[in-house]
Amino acid sequence: MATEADGHSDGGLVFHPMDQFIVKPLFGDGAVNMFTFTNVALWLLLAVACVIALMVLGTSKRARVPSRTQSVAELAYGFVYKMVEDVTGKDAVKYFPYIFTLFMFIVFSNFLALIPSSFSPTSHIAVTAVLGFGVFIAVTVLGFVKNGAGFLGLFWVSSAPLALRPILAIIELISYFVRPVSHSIRLAGNIMAGHAVLKVFAGFAAITAVAPLSILGITAIYALEVLVAFIQAYVFTILTCVYLKDALHPSH
Amino acid sequence: MEGDLAHIGAGLAAIGSGAAAIGVGNVAGNYLAGALRNPSAAASQTATLFIGIAFAEALGIFAFLVSLLLMFAV
Repeated sequence: MATEADGHSDGGLVFHPMDQFIVKPLFGDGAVNMFTFTNVALWLLLAVACVIALMVLGTSKRARVPSRTQSVAELAYGFVYKMVEDVTGKDAVKYFPYIFTLFMFIVFSNFLALIPSSFSPTSHIAVTAVLGFGVFIAVTVLGFVKNGAGFLGLFWVSSAPLALRPILAIIELISYFVRPVSHSIRLAGNIMAGHAVLKVFAGFAAITAVAPLSILGITAIYALEVLVAFIQAYVFTILTCVYLKDALHPSH
Repeated sequence: MEGDLAHIGAGLAAIGSGAAAIGVGNVAGNYLAGALRNPSAAASQTATLFIGIAFAEALGIFAFLVSLLLMFAV
């Protein structure tokens, strides 16, 4: 996984930027099956542990003058709460715990992945697809439970001319079913591409002539990745809010 | 690396990332243009900005997915 120092000796780069995403068992080596404790499982558990540490331990004192940890916890809570209220509406606040859980989990997996030589679970489509399809199924079921057959009005654009509506309905239907795919691949793709770019720049550091440029590049890309780690969690959460709004108020 | 047609296809699919970049740039640029004309309305539209960027980016991600599939799955 580490970049080879003699990477330029045979004129080509011998390191592989995608090697960092290989899922491997932590204890012993053998085939990875459903119950193997892998590096993905470890970093997923660490993300959950960090969320619990921040939210449960951080706010356990309920100090009137908050400590630093408590302020961060309150800030995160307020940030997501306002997002749900603004985007989805006041009546959706009862789904706030789910959205807040998603946000905290993604934000912590993304940030923990930025620790050098750590592993990024959100770079795997398997992980994000569970989150994305979870949102999709939840929202679809909720839409039918809340609105009955009226939920199908989401696909019937009543503001369009009548002749166009069947065509629009097909387009809306396709775009509805593409949602979970784009929702999950956006997160995985961004994180994976970002980490691969970091590795590629790290590979250039082996070539003495461009090493200073490469280190500058890594610093800049790393700063960008810190931003991306937050923005992708934000985007995932806000899209969940948008989908939830569509389910609660399907009329176009 | 001996290339085959799948690798060429993967490279062609990567052009889609550039197209998505144009889209994201359009969204952000128009947001900034609007925000500078009416700064008081800008703060309320940041959520819309990010949703717009996310949708524009999604199609670039599909191109990325196609190239990944060509590289590793085909």
